[in-house]
Amino acid sequence: MLTDKPRASPSSSRELTIVQALREALREEMRRDDQVFVLGEDIRIGGSFLFTLGLLDEFGPERVLNTPISEAGFVGLAIGAAIQGLRPIIDFQYGDFIFTAFDQIMQQCAKLRYMSGGQVSIPLVFQLPTGASGRGAQHANSVETVFFGIPGLKIVTPATPFDAKGLFKSALRDNNPVLFCVHKHLYGSRGRQLAASSISRGHVPDDEYLVPLGKGDIKKRGADITLVANGLMLHRSLNVAEALEAEGLSVEVVDPRCLVPFDTELVIDSVVRTSRLVIVEEGNERGGWGSQLAAEIASQAIGYLDAPIMRVAAPNVPVPFSPVLESAVIPDERQIRSAILELMEH
Amino acid sequence: MQELSIRLPQIPDAAPLEPYEADLLREMYRRMVLIRQFELKVNELFLQGIMPGTIHLSLGQEATVVGACLALDADDVITLTHRGHGQALAKGVSADALMAELFGKETGCCRGKGGSLHVGDMSVGALPAIAIVGASSPIAAGMAFAFKRRQTSQVALNFFGEGTANKGDWHEALNLAALWNLPVVYLCENNLYGVSTHITEAMAIDYVSERAAAYGMPGSTIYGNDPIIVYEAVKSAADRARAGDGPALIECLTYRRGGHKRDDPGTYRPQEEVEAWFKTDPIPAFRDRLLRDDRFAASAIEDLQAAVMAAIDASVDYALASEAPAITSALEHLYVD
Ligand SMILES: Cc1ncc(C[n+]2csc(CCOP(=O)(O)OP(=O)(O)O)c2C)c(N)n1
Repeated sequence: MLTDKPRASPSSSRELTIVQALREALREEMRRDDQVFVLGEDIRIGGSFLFTLGLLDEFGPERVLNTPISEAGFVGLAIGAAIQGLRPIIDFQYGDFIFTAFDQIMQQCAKLRYMSGGQVSIPLVFQLPTGASGRGAQHANSVETVFFGIPGLKIVTPATPFDAKGLFKSALRDNNPVLFCVHKHLYGSRGRQLAASSISRGHVPDDEYLVPLGKGDIKKRGADITLVANGLMLHRSLNVAEALEAEGLSVEVVDPRCLVPFDTELVIDSVVRTSRLVIVEEGNERGGWGSQLAAEIASQAIGYLDAPIMRVAAPNVPVPFSPVLESAVIPDERQIRSAILELMEH
Repeated sequence: MQELSIRLPQIPDAAPLEPYEADLLREMYRRMVLIRQFELKVNELFLQGIMPGTIHLSLGQEATVVGACLALDADDVITLTHRGHGQALAKGVSADALMAELFGKETGCCRGKGGSLHVGDMSVGALPAIAIVGASSPIAAGMAFAFKRRQTSQVALNFFGEGTANKGDWHEALNLAALWNLPVVYLCENNLYGVSTHITEAMAIDYVSERAAAYGMPGSTIYGNDPIIVYEAVKSAADRARAGDGPALIECLTYRRGGHKRDDPGTYRPQEEVEAWFKTDPIPAFRDRLLRDDRFAASAIEDLQAAVMAAIDASVDYALASEAPAITSALEHLYVD
């Protein structure tokens, strides 16, 4: 059954973490289509977030390829394989390592179809752990932000197990390159910190379903203010919204789920009802996806707004190591809360 | 191979042509002449200011690209470089579609979206050219990976220049290709220069092919201005790849008859070197061999040349008469629906 909403009845579902949901999606798609294969570093033992755990046993080394440390090489290889009709998924240990393959993604993967006048298509999914997780500046990039401005790619940033599974299956069936960016704190794999909110673990239906790319989702209904957030920031924002609800302020929380294509309509519809907008993202404030959304809302819906658009994002510095400094830089619940309250003053 | 410290051409004895079918030899010659005349025409159109864009001519390197492509099957694929017109014509891209592409027309092989730096036609196995040097090497490995997975017995051939062999992605590609035993041929057009930088200023070894051993594949350096020598080397590498024995690296020594690109006089090349290499022009050398073979009459060769000239003139007429792409197409061909 194809639906993009969690089933009401939990009887036909189980509670999973994101990594379990993703693995299930991958397994289903590999069974369904033998052109699908996965490659990456140390995926024999599950990769760094256990995404591929157990897949080698079921699908064998022909379809679960353990690669050398060679990002530009195996990204290029996957592009070539996709051009010839295979459907690769690259499991990155950390999305942070994708930059050594930047040319392959921005200049080859994103452009070959366009500059050949539509002669090739590249069905290729990148599984990219993103965001800061206590590991210092070089393992803390908000990968999605860096690629956001590049035409030719699709970018997905799921935040719940239900969305992750349904979007991942859609990404694997899409005939375009898709960057699938999951926050490192959201996988919920063994030994990893799982961000706490009521939806970090979630019900995933037993029946098959897809979540279409490019459709956002209202994660919490509200009347007073619209808050748009993705990834880890969605969970922090939901916690704030629930607390404020108890204090009498009704925050609507919109999860875009995909950054490209972006469901601007959903945000406009919400803003028309609430007249206030705050955008929360983890990456650096300069050039973030929030700046694009702010510009679009300003040009298409400014008449509905009663207050300036507010953004909450990391300041324009790399992510520092000291836990005190990391949490000062990455937007937290306190910052999100004060942004909302400040906006309500208008 | 002898010491090439002076990097002057060492011309091996020409092999007898008898073992080769007349059709193959004729096609070798025809494609070399086609490339030569096509490039000369393109150069002329540029100098007249009629043709837009930038341009990297493949004059002088015809024997390498033609020998290599004729050794492949029709459904084998090649990746092309920034110096790709010759590679495209050698693999069978139509001169009309190529010329129209250089003019940015709707009828171009990439509908005017690619231009000189991105020519190609998937229907003849020519992946539209990748102009970032080295980036095509892993992509060629990936196409070979798909052929191997599907057991199609197709082969991928990656063209690159000797200057490219210092790029990281090139090295990563050769490692993966050898590691996974992929049916891919790495074909180096060693014309001694990457723009103005001589090979001796870019690597501490004499030959690119020496690097093959480091990855666990066979490597060879051959004279690239004799299409028969290139044909034989590529044929055996492709046969080997088809048989499941993995990739090979072939380095073809050749020379640019001109600058790196249209506005480069190439004055950084020593006169002695230029003169020695210009004497090795592959086209007259091959024509003389054909004329010494009873199967080819001088008049037939002349007819062939005349037909090529007519085809090139026709391609210019075709390109000039073709429509420019619709402005709206600038927003098309980005995503598959
Ligand atoms: C990564 C990258 N760096 C630089 C360039 C600019 N560039 C274009 S062609 C060229 C020389 C390439 O030399 P070689 O690989 O020997 O090929 P040739 O031009 O001799 O055919 C350079 C430096 C480029 N296209 N890509």
